[in-house]
Amino acid sequence: MIVKLLSGDLPRSTVLAVILGLVFIALAFAPFLFPGVRSVDTAARICVFIVLVASYDLMLGYGGIVSFAHTMFFGMGAYGVALSSTNMGRGWDAMLTGSLTGALAAAALAFLIGLFSLRVRAIFFAMITLAVASAVAVLVSQLSSITGGEDGLTYLIPRELTPAFRFGDSFLGANLNGRLLAYYLVFSGALLLFLILLRVVNSPFGRVLQAIRENDFRAEAVGFRVVAYRTGATCISAAVAALAGSLYAIWLRYVGPDTVLSFDIMIDILLMVVIGGMGTMYGAVIGATLLVLAQNYLQGIMGTASRAVEGLPILPDLLDPDRWLLWLGVLFVLSIYFFPTGVVGRLRMQR
Amino acid sequence: MSDPILTLAGVHTNIAQYHILQGVDLVVPRAQVTMLLGRNGVGKTTTLRTVMGHWRASGGTITLDGMDITQLPTSAIARMGVGYVPENMGIFSDLTVEENMVLAACRGKPDPARLDWLFTVFPPLKTFWRGQAGTLSGGQKQMLSIARAMIEERRLYLIDEPTKGLAPAIIATMARALRELKDQGSSLLLVEQNFAVARALGDAAVVMDDGRVIWAGEMAELARDAGLQERLMGLNVQAEG
Repeated sequence: MIVKLLSGDLPRSTVLAVILGLVFIALAFAPFLFPGVRSVDTAARICVFIVLVASYDLMLGYGGIVSFAHTMFFGMGAYGVALSSTNMGRGWDAMLTGSLTGALAAAALAFLIGLFSLRVRAIFFAMITLAVASAVAVLVSQLSSITGGEDGLTYLIPRELTPAFRFGDSFLGANLNGRLLAYYLVFSGALLLFLILLRVVNSPFGRVLQAIRENDFRAEAVGFRVVAYRTGATCISAAVAALAGSLYAIWLRYVGPDTVLSFDIMIDILLMVVIGGMGTMYGAVIGATLLVLAQNYLQGIMGTASRAVEGLPILPDLLDPDRWLLWLGVLFVLSIYFFPTGVVGRLRMQR
Repeated sequence: MSDPILTLAGVHTNIAQYHILQGVDLVVPRAQVTMLLGRNGVGKTTTLRTVMGHWRASGGTITLDGMDITQLPTSAIARMGVGYVPENMGIFSDLTVEENMVLAACRGKPDPARLDWLFTVFPPLKTFWRGQAGTLSGGQKQMLSIARAMIEERRLYLIDEPTKGLAPAIIATMARALRELKDQGSSLLLVEQNFAVARALGDAAVVMDDGRVIWAGEMAELARDAGLQERLMGLNVQAEG
């Protein structure tokens, strides 16, 4: 059953299996294990980023396609939900319409970009995605009458997903309200999308992508139309990224250029893929979990550490919470040094 | 020589600023093994790659089974039934042996009987069926590379240096496999530096130099004439009595 759900792609390392199991349990029961607004928010973010990073890895790790437009696809899904909820009014139908429209639009745009640029060398595709993504970001901030510009959009999601909707008192420290339902919507949506991606990469389609990544001429010489496969991968990846964006928009009840379109998110995605391990869906789980946790809690940990070493020379300054980005950078360099194939690659090697 | 499977007429190929093939005329007879011979760097590999459409011919025509394939994309040429084995063990090392083989079967699933035959020809493939292709030894990779082309009956096999860098025992396995393919009545165009293998397998021979075909004829004729070999390829081997 589990083997089937995971499409036969098992972790292939005991340590990795244990870590993945722990992450799964932590996310599945996050509202009860770690009650509190901030920790549940972090868990929801991890869910969304796992899908976003996994969809990026379908392109980069499996297809060998470098794209800088992934945040744009993510943003399209988020803005899809925001715009439909703003214009169609609060409701499940608006949410569904927005998500599907966002995913379709993202896939269509990916198809166009792919068709025009995947025939040529990889670097051109990367450049074109960068250009299109920048253009879309500018467009979103300029068309303020539609998109709310830099301020973004705040909208209402179905009442059943808001804290105002209560269906009981607290249970194990978690409030039984719409926010809990919203979390489980995000969690189950992310889980479903992740399993779908796992199925895609382990299908014959995924194998051909891996063959193309290794040597496109050989794949072509075996009889596969490389451009068609690459374009297909880009479209699936874009649609899944957009759906991740929709989940994020449902969770946040707000979208803005900084939250869903900024280039910082693109860099985060790249870091997560590299830290977790390219070319393996499980790398997305590890990378997203590590980086989101670091972004949310490193400052706090450093604050505590800084206070603990108070009175000693230099150390309190080094550990000042304001220096958290420096330490994130150090962690990144160290992880590349010790895990050049990502955490998952390293763990699988030790088997 | 009637009804050839593959014909190249005045084929030119340019790679960047280099004019590699300078009017190649070549005929591959049906159901025979044609050896493509010549010194290093005379355009043998480029000829195979041009037939496969990897390098686009800048002049001339390439005809497969009566059909002009000069402008066709590589994937279409492969799907027309050309099995291509690149030089240097061209396998997909991230995939398993099984996945490598299944990918190469254009019709979806490999034919079990043919697979069994391939397992008898190349026993290591059965042993490492579910193993990662990248972990195979050099000889095993080359076996996989050739077996991948042989997984289906093809109209034509283009094989680039199948014995390069292999141990003698494995060269013997390769030669046996190619002979079996020949005995089935397949058409082969083989680039081969190992003259002993070429002599043993070839029906016809084509010798290239400087991007052109300089000699074409029976392999037996070339094998007999040491002077001819010396003149064409700079070879200095014992000619057959």
